Amino acid sequence: MENALFSLENSTIKINGHTILSEFSLSIEKGEKIALVGQSGAGKSTLLTQLYQLSDSEVALVPQELGLVRNLSVFHNIYMGRLNRYQIYYNILNLIKPLKKELEKVRPIVEKLGLTDKLFTSVQELSGGQQQRTAVGRAIFRNCPVFFGDEPVSAVDEYQAHKVLSAIAEGHETIILSMHDVELALQYSDRVIGLKNGVKVMDQSTRGMKASDLGDLYQ
Amino acid sequence: MGFMAVAVIFGLYADIEITTLNPWEEITKMAMGAVTPNFFETDYLISAIINTIAFAMLGVSVGNLIGFFLALAFHIRLVRVACAFVRAIHELFWALIFIQIFGLSALTGILALAIPYSGIFAKVYSEILEEADTISLNAIPKGTSHLSVFMYARLPDAWAHFKTYSLYRLECGLRSSAVLGFVGLPTLGFHLETAFAEGNYSEASALLIIFFIIIATIRKWSRTQLVPIYILASLIVIPWNLSDISLVNIIRFFSNDILPHPIRVAQSIDVNVLVDLGIWTKTLFLDQALPGIIATIILTQIALVGSGFLTLIMFPLISPKFFGTFGRSIGHVILVITRSTPEYILALICLLLWGPSMLPAIVALSLHNGAIIGHLIGRFTENMNLRPDRSKGINLYAYDILPRIYRQFLAFLFYRWEVIMRETAILGILGIATLGFYIDSAFADLRYDKAMVLIILTAAMNLGIDVLSRTIRSRLRLQTRINVV
Repeated sequence: MENALFSLENSTIKINGHTILSEFSLSIEKGEKIALVGQSGAGKSTLLTQLYQLSDSEVALVPQELGLVRNLSVFHNIYMGRLNRYQIYYNILNLIKPLKKELEKVRPIVEKLGLTDKLFTSVQELSGGQQQRTAVGRAIFRNCPVFFGDEPVSAVDEYQAHKVLSAIAEGHETIILSMHDVELALQYSDRVIGLKNGVKVMDQSTRGMKASDLGDLYQ
Repeated sequence: MGFMAVAVIFGLYADIEITTLNPWEEITKMAMGAVTPNFFETDYLISAIINTIAFAMLGVSVGNLIGFFLALAFHIRLVRVACAFVRAIHELFWALIFIQIFGLSALTGILALAIPYSGIFAKVYSEILEEADTISLNAIPKGTSHLSVFMYARLPDAWAHFKTYSLYRLECGLRSSAVLGFVGLPTLGFHLETAFAEGNYSEASALLIIFFIIIATIRKWSRTQLVPIYILASLIVIPWNLSDISLVNIIRFFSNDILPHPIRVAQSIDVNVLVDLGIWTKTLFLDQALPGIIATIILTQIALVGSGFLTLIMFPLISPKFFGTFGRSIGHVILVITRSTPEYILALICLLLWGPSMLPAIVALSLHNGAIIGHLIGRFTENMNLRPDRSKGINLYAYDILPRIYRQFLAFLFYRWEVIMRETAILGILGIATLGFYIDSAFADLRYDKAMVLIILTAAMNLGIDVLSRTIRSRLRLQTRINVV
């Protein structure tokens, strides 16, 4: 396990005195595509946040609350994924008037996510699913090898969900997604980690697994 | 209840005599003037209106810009204290100070608005930024510069609030700008004073009607994209009068005029000077500051309770719970007129009717503030859901509406307390013996040293009321949305 990208050893996390994760051990290697499954409240978000905080390299993140700036356009919200790469004056210039060069970089991403006609719409006018896709777009635009998504397609319809998940799969080496849709989770991952009441109850390859095999987690 | 009792007791001591010989005759003349406005005195009518807008535009814009940057530094204690201090001094007092320095040049008017407004903007903007959504901060890549984070994640959401607040401040700025005319700047107030003094009520009513229309249509003409054009136009049309500025005056004011008299005339600092200084301070406090402070407090408290009463009478006028569309449109006209007319002008009108006493000031302050709070409370009742089988009329008012608005009403009223006190001091310029009276007289007698001490005292009182009002509001757990008052 020397070349593990992330690892937790007997980690226990408490929030306000409540144990959210207990004695959790986990090791994730480069190139793995992992799905976190389990009921809401099982500790998926906490685990993801913990891993994100431990990471020393850059990680593209779609948090559950999305973290969009409501008054800015889809373009600007996506551009925010690379704010740290440019000089301040360049960022400000681009805020006042979207720069052609950046538009050309953002356009292929919004095309994949089906947001082309909303590029200059402010986020507060979008539906929940469109907002979620914008947040995914921002994470993709960061262009990091590692991608974390906390329920990144929970508000998106099935057809769009496939497009979004393929777009994520395409551009990233290592992926960790928490998902409540079991079918989708199995389809886009090669390893599934099941959580129940803060305890890891399953950790195996997805090969040959069926959605019904995960039924126990939701009882 | 306590506040009402205090007001009644103060009322017994207040000087509210009607001293004019025949108030009815004057009322008749004014009413005649009001219904026969004369719009054809075009030679100054248009320039007065344009100047009023230009001064407001430039003063508010400069204050807005400075206030914005101060808001970013609002975590520094010194900045907070400085802002509280500059906004505790009324625009008119700032104008009186700057007239000594810059004469009647445009600089005087612009600075008199910009300085207190920057203190107000700084406070409100920092509150808006504090309340802004911070959830997006988590999603920003590590290592992004502070300025980029601010521009992308904080400013966009605060921007809409900034715009709404700026519009409200522009409306206040128009009122303040109009009033600056009373100390000699070429805005509306200047011509109003002349018109009133000469009994030209038809001209006065024409000036006021145009002013009301400008304020009532402010949302229509103040578009964000047009602001740069307005500012540019203001820079061009404003009568700069820069020749009025003299360096000698400026130097003399700071190095000489504002020093207390005994120090100024002293050859050297010795015991005699200190004794003189003691006497100077004692007479200033006993003869001017103390009576001024007492009168200011009495008037403020009566006007506060008066505003409360008038609010409770006026808010139903625009509430859909009490009146139909037609009744409400009349209510709106009454409220727009009373709240758009600066207190100072209302007081001047009442003064002409009843002669100099506290009565005009009480009526003016209560009317103006009652209309402002009444407007807010009336709007507040619009979104109120009442049961279908509710009672009507007085019963509805007393049982259903009043209990529901009461906390909001108190919150707004206490919020206006400081504003009322600031205005009370200012009305002294009209001859009512509050602190403003002594300040104005000191300026008139060229005793700038005394004027400065009295202005600082006034500021200290406003700061005191501000703290007191905030304590009471938090004790009673009253909350106001600051950007609407």
